[in-house]
Amino acid sequence: MSDNTAHGEPELVQLLTPDGELIDHPDYPLEIGPEDIRGLYRDLVLVRRVDTEAVALQRQGELGLWASLLGQEAAQIGSARALRPQDTAFPSYREHGVAWVRGVEPKALLGMWRGVSNGGWDPAQHGLQLYTIVIGSQTLHATGYAMGVQRDGATGEDGSAVIVYFGDGATSQGDTSEAFNFAAVNNAPVVFFLQNNQWAISEPPERQARVPLYRRAAGFGFPGVRIDGNDVFASLAVTRKAMQQAREGQGPMLIEAFTYRMGAHTTNDDPTRYRVAAELEEWKAKDPILRLRAHIQQQGLGDDDFFTEVENEADRLGERLRSECRSLPDPDPLDIFHEVYAEPNTQLDLQRAEFADYLASFEDAGAEGGR
Amino acid sequence: MSVNLTIGKAINAGLRRAMEADPKVLVMGEDVGRLGGVFRVTDQLHKDFGADRVIDTPLAESGIVGTAIGLALRGYRPVCEIQFDGFFFPATNQSFTQLAKMRRRSAGALSVPVVLRIPYGGGIGAVEHHSESPEAYFAHTAGLRVVTVANAVDAYWMIQQAITSQDPVVFFEPKRRYYDKADVDTDASPDSALPMGAARVARPGTDATLLAYGPMVKTALQAAEADTDHSLEVVDLRSISPVDYATVEESVRRTGRLVITHEAPVSGGVGGEIAARITESCFYHLEAPVIRVGAFDTPYPQSRLEEHYLPDLDRILDGVDRAFTY
Repeated sequence: MSDNTAHGEPELVQLLTPDGELIDHPDYPLEIGPEDIRGLYRDLVLVRRVDTEAVALQRQGELGLWASLLGQEAAQIGSARALRPQDTAFPSYREHGVAWVRGVEPKALLGMWRGVSNGGWDPAQHGLQLYTIVIGSQTLHATGYAMGVQRDGATGEDGSAVIVYFGDGATSQGDTSEAFNFAAVNNAPVVFFLQNNQWAISEPPERQARVPLYRRAAGFGFPGVRIDGNDVFASLAVTRKAMQQAREGQGPMLIEAFTYRMGAHTTNDDPTRYRVAAELEEWKAKDPILRLRAHIQQQGLGDDDFFTEVENEADRLGERLRSECRSLPDPDPLDIFHEVYAEPNTQLDLQRAEFADYLASFEDAGAEGGR
Repeated sequence: MSVNLTIGKAINAGLRRAMEADPKVLVMGEDVGRLGGVFRVTDQLHKDFGADRVIDTPLAESGIVGTAIGLALRGYRPVCEIQFDGFFFPATNQSFTQLAKMRRRSAGALSVPVVLRIPYGGGIGAVEHHSESPEAYFAHTAGLRVVTVANAVDAYWMIQQAITSQDPVVFFEPKRRYYDKADVDTDASPDSALPMGAARVARPGTDATLLAYGPMVKTALQAAEADTDHSLEVVDLRSISPVDYATVEESVRRTGRLVITHEAPVSGGVGGEIAARITESCFYHLEAPVIRVGAFDTPYPQSRLEEHYLPDLDRILDGVDRAFTY
């Protein structure tokens, strides 16, 4: 297949083969010790378990919806492990792995999907902004935030930078192109991390774009690179370099993680209507967890006890998440009015008071024995 | 010190004072730098505060509002200039789904104190998309505050109030009134200024209330002056969202009649909302139905027809007459 369509597969940066072999890359050295490698494996397994449990919880009616990250664990964990505490990440709505790395409680991730909150965590505390549903909107927020980092003089070797996550579908949005342009013109310290999971709901890449997506960057005047998105080492090493270059004043970079969404777009979706089973089988052979496991085994970095312990930890995590999900309290009805405005709003105050009286009238009716 | 300023210069002076007071205040938009904006409202700010604080942006309205949100999340207070009302629409997604919702989405953890300055309204003989009154779209969006000014004194103070507000504020500037002058006491304490959310009785009267905002306040005042048969009270709404109903209701209870005028099309407009609300709250005080005098439900016409489209003194007085036939 020719290289000049989005569907083509030009050479991608890969440090870890599907068989678990390590490859040296001249531009992206892998600086990582055995402990961190085991840590990455643990991350991959645990975040996959969070995802599996969430899908099950949705099937049981505990969540209204869930967007599965199955298959994209390496892209998310590798890139997020490349961040420093002072960096800020802007997610779309599938970045459960990034949230995991940024220390967001797994139960907090469920809030929006269960309908008990619109967010669920404090962005400042975790350096992770809230999930963004409207495709591509967050690319501009990240760029503006990075312009703020610049103005704060917070860049430099030990400074901070910004990363924004979005999908292949988002590259068709005007906002994403505007973000690329604003970032380039301002030389803003922002890394665009594109997870090309091959499907924007039912639309394949060739229905989205005529050229490989990482090449978009060149037209805006900054580098773009395609990496093996199922290779946690490539994701880590390339993101580390991109973030460092950004914080040192070399401007934005686009990383296209070439990966695959092994599940449905969301729990409402039925991928059997638009893709063939053979494709899924092909990508299963590239599974991010299996290849890191193979590497650890080949290199003697972990024995059977290690893998069993991680599996046990995943079981405990799953159990905890199930009970925590069910015990997430419903919000108070008057929460509808909270935090719409920072400042007093007489119109809203009046509506809240009227609704509070209306609700109270039921309690009074109950006290009187009802009608 | 009292200075005689146009509305445009008053906004400029207000922006300057806000930028001096708070280094986090930024001005951004298309051509706001060396040119000083197409209406020169940001004149000289680029020279005095530098390109990092007065940012000439690419020509992309969604990009302007979207990056302003990011800057606000980082602790800045961006004031975005949208060059003309009709050019705002590419930024609707960022404004409605993002800017307006950040506080609510984060349960109060996030503030996005962004100001969107939009020169609006007709009457300047412009080509299409340069004369629109889109305020109802914004007023319908929870999370945004929507204000407009009718004189230089309000222009000077309200732009500063909009910038210090923790909420996102849409600041509509009546472009055909940019050159109207008034004396502004620029040494006065900010505390002496009328709060941004308050309506103002611009002219007291006893027989009917004429409600207007932005560019129509001047026309309403002219109509009140011209009507020698009735004593018309003119209320300048100033804040379109939230509406200061207390002031409007107080006036209507005294006069018993309400005529609302705005440049925007009548259907689905701000006037209809206020009429419904006043009918509910002041039903027994009303001597007549609430009358609306606005534009037709058509696109803004070519400029040789705009004098027929925009409510003028005679159409307002016709509305007043209708209120007195009951």
